Amino acid sequence: MSSKPDFVYVTFIRTTPERLWTALTTPEFIRQYWFGMHCESDWKPGSPWKLVFADGRLADAGEIVEADPPQRLVIKWRNEWNAEMRAEGYSLCTFQIESVPDASRQAVKLSITHAIERTESKFIEAVSGGWPRIISNLKSLLETGSVVLPPKAA
Amino acid sequence: MPSTLDRSNQSALARADDITLERACENTPLTRNHLVAYYLSAMDEVFRALADASRRLLLDRLHAKNGQTLNELCDGLAMTRQAVTKHLAILEEANLVTTLRNGREKLHYLNPVPIHQIGERWIKKFERGKLTALSELKRQLEKRDE
Repeated sequence: MSSKPDFVYVTFIRTTPERLWTALTTPEFIRQYWFGMHCESDWKPGSPWKLVFADGRLADAGEIVEADPPQRLVIKWRNEWNAEMRAEGYSLCTFQIESVPDASRQAVKLSITHAIERTESKFIEAVSGGWPRIISNLKSLLETGSVVLPPKAA
Repeated sequence: MPSTLDRSNQSALARADDITLERACENTPLTRNHLVAYYLSAMDEVFRALADASRRLLLDRLHAKNGQTLNELCDGLAMTRQAVTKHLAILEEANLVTTLRNGREKLHYLNPVPIHQIGERWIKKFERGKLTALSELKRQLEKRDE
């Protein structure tokens, strides 16, 4: 896997690392900011992981590579619903959670990187468009209890 | 002009409708105005960082190729290395650029999340679906012109 990620998305969220970890790993919570989609896993290294559409179809799947709550989560991640993107193989997605040291108010820095072993990737292009919206929703949900963009009506 | 200031604070409060203030104030020593200041100052930093053509050029270069070293970024630019370093620091402070260490190299990445949040602040008030459809239409039409 290439050591240089294709993108790095960073946001600062007024919450605790524990709450953010829960937000990233609890299906009911994920649905609220991931446009109705959710992840399923027991979040232990080596365990299967999947991302499921609101209607129950499988979107993406893979395996938990590293899980160090509430600081670091690494997922081996492959598209499953689109033949072309599926053929690109596995990518590696890393979530890094750090407490912001100087904040009198409690805040954490969430960094998400997503990398794949190829130069031109349709999959990376697709997820790079999705992540900022998901992260914005997550930030909004944790800070105010509501999301900016609700899931699309079915 | 304290009354004018008060009024501008009030309208800032009214505009900060994406923040449930009472809720966000829970368990923090911040007063309402400080909280608004916290959100607005983060946004101010983004606008200030974007208000400079050289800094926008650096963002464009990262948009074209993400994850560049300082040397790569300076290559072919009519800016001194010191100026690029200074601009990158301002962009990093505004969270528009983020850096990663890759061995001995420091790589710079464009972070579009704050720009996205600014967009949502206003766009969500309108019908997002129609806007998305419009920009997709524009993209398709312009593509055909190429």
